[in-house]
Amino acid sequence: MLKKNLSLEQRKAWYGVLFAAPWMIGFAFLFLIPLFQSFRFSISTLKLATGGFITEYEGLANFKTLLFTHPTFNRTLVEAVSKMLVNVPIIIIFSLFAAVLLNQKFKGRTLARAIFFLPVIIASSAIAGLDSNNFIANVMQSASGAAEEGGNFLQSFELEKMLLDSGMAKGFVFYLTGAVDRIYEIISSSGVQILIFLAALQSISPSLYESAKMEGATGYEIFWKITFPMMTPLILTNTIYSVIDSFNNNSMSGLISKTAFAQFEFGHSAAMSWIYFLIISLLLLIIGWIISKRVFYYD
Amino acid sequence: MQTRLQTIQNSIKHVNPLDTVKRWSWIAFRALLVTGLCFIILYPLIQKLSVVFRNRSDMYDPTVLWIPKSFTLDNVIKAMDTMNYWIAFKNTLFISAGTTLLQVLSCGLAAYAFARLRFWGSEVLFFLVIFTIVVPPQTLMIPTYLTYRYFDFFGILGWFGLDGINLIDTVWPFIMSSSLAAGLKNGLYIFIFRQFFRAIPKELEEAAYVDGCGIGATFFRIILPNAVPAFITVILFSFVWQWNDSYFVSLFFNKEQVLSTQVSALTAQIYQTITNDPLYVSMILNTGTLLVLAPLIIMYIFVQRYFVESVERTGIVG
Repeated sequence: MLKKNLSLEQRKAWYGVLFAAPWMIGFAFLFLIPLFQSFRFSISTLKLATGGFITEYEGLANFKTLLFTHPTFNRTLVEAVSKMLVNVPIIIIFSLFAAVLLNQKFKGRTLARAIFFLPVIIASSAIAGLDSNNFIANVMQSASGAAEEGGNFLQSFELEKMLLDSGMAKGFVFYLTGAVDRIYEIISSSGVQILIFLAALQSISPSLYESAKMEGATGYEIFWKITFPMMTPLILTNTIYSVIDSFNNNSMSGLISKTAFAQFEFGHSAAMSWIYFLIISLLLLIIGWIISKRVFYYD
Repeated sequence: MQTRLQTIQNSIKHVNPLDTVKRWSWIAFRALLVTGLCFIILYPLIQKLSVVFRNRSDMYDPTVLWIPKSFTLDNVIKAMDTMNYWIAFKNTLFISAGTTLLQVLSCGLAAYAFARLRFWGSEVLFFLVIFTIVVPPQTLMIPTYLTYRYFDFFGILGWFGLDGINLIDTVWPFIMSSSLAAGLKNGLYIFIFRQFFRAIPKELEEAAYVDGCGIGATFFRIILPNAVPAFITVILFSFVWQWNDSYFVSLFFNKEQVLSTQVSALTAQIYQTITNDPLYVSMILNTGTLLVLAPLIIMYIFVQRYFVESVERTGIVG
């Protein structure tokens, strides 16, 4: 197929096409066409027939039903999006903090890292769903006396009271204590983010830190003047990843699947997923725009 | 004279007692923090482990907190029976290993093309790779199902007046999607590989070309050995996420049994066949969950060294 008289550059380009060919076919056949079909389904009703399916054009009827008459769609959508908006900043801050912590030298660092990445392995949609209402776990907690004040294990009742007494704004306190209460959820969804931040921290040149120390910078200053600015491109990457990752296992994707395969309302389901997709892309654009204005690129 | 020298030496040695206190208190605080966070991560696992081997009566015994009084494998046997564990395990292993192999190959090749074998339009195509990551899989759910339910490659069968082939409940959807780099999170894998390949010095490849190595051979003999950490990362991600995935599996399989769908259906099955006692059901459910995770955790114990090491050297980062 490749003739001998091509230059190396041309040969490389041809090999590039060859290497990327499976992806290109997959992209066309398993992404582009389904994406187009999904859009077509969202504006029509779909009926299964012998040996195939029929679509009837409906216009925007599906969208209208969802937005104005569907019993749970609006609520689920708002819930999913607001939960994502609440969780993503906490995940980013926590994973940056954890990465900085794991980047320091201390005994048992390898073990600590191995444990911190464990959620990448064990936190999955199927398992997490089962764990969220683990009956036996609750029973064991109350049995082992962890719940002395009538609250739950790992709950921040005292902390909340203390912060409120110290005169902090209510909304902020509830946000903070909410984060503490959901610490397991936060940790288990920040495995990949910690990984990315950690890799980035290791790529910062040590000479930057050395010169800062020579000039007498404190650890606090070093973090805000060197580490943080060098991390900003990855904060963008991680924010986008966290937003996308939050689709995997939320109430919205559950509703979309249920509508399609339990109620067989394929048109509604497709329309739902399009509304959801549009909202997410809009949010990603806004977040990306806001963060990328503040991102600092070293080169 | 000597005393003065000593004081100078001392002042050099002992920097400032306040600094020492600060340093040690930070070390203590950090140790506390790391242990605490590790505990939170491990807590559910420890809890499951403590439940797995206990007898049913231990559940109602207030003196049993963590370590069971009477060890028994009863829960494990019951959970395995209800889940059809070994068949589901075999299916899951087969699918995860197969898709991992195909995905690593197809994504690695595509990523190498995007990283080093630039061609006209490859920048745009890479942008489209990012786009595939952003679109939620649910948007493509129904068309994907229909694609395999009435499988017809670009409508070729339709030209001959034939109906599409039903590929649901076969392994073909997995083989096809992963060998065409369109499986679970494949855009992310292409992205990771590309960043890594870009960090490998160009001189290595040039040296290979000068020595008469072809482009394909360069990839397999020069790039592959230099990108082992990236491969381990992607292999681990791909295997684990496929193992835990319930989205694609429940889309492509109706009757075939795999672990993630079996464990989701476990609660209902126990209620039907074994008991009505919610505490006991939860006990078996925890056992089942641990049985699904156990192979992954065992694998992780062996692989984590390379995995953590790969983080140190990689450029997962752009």
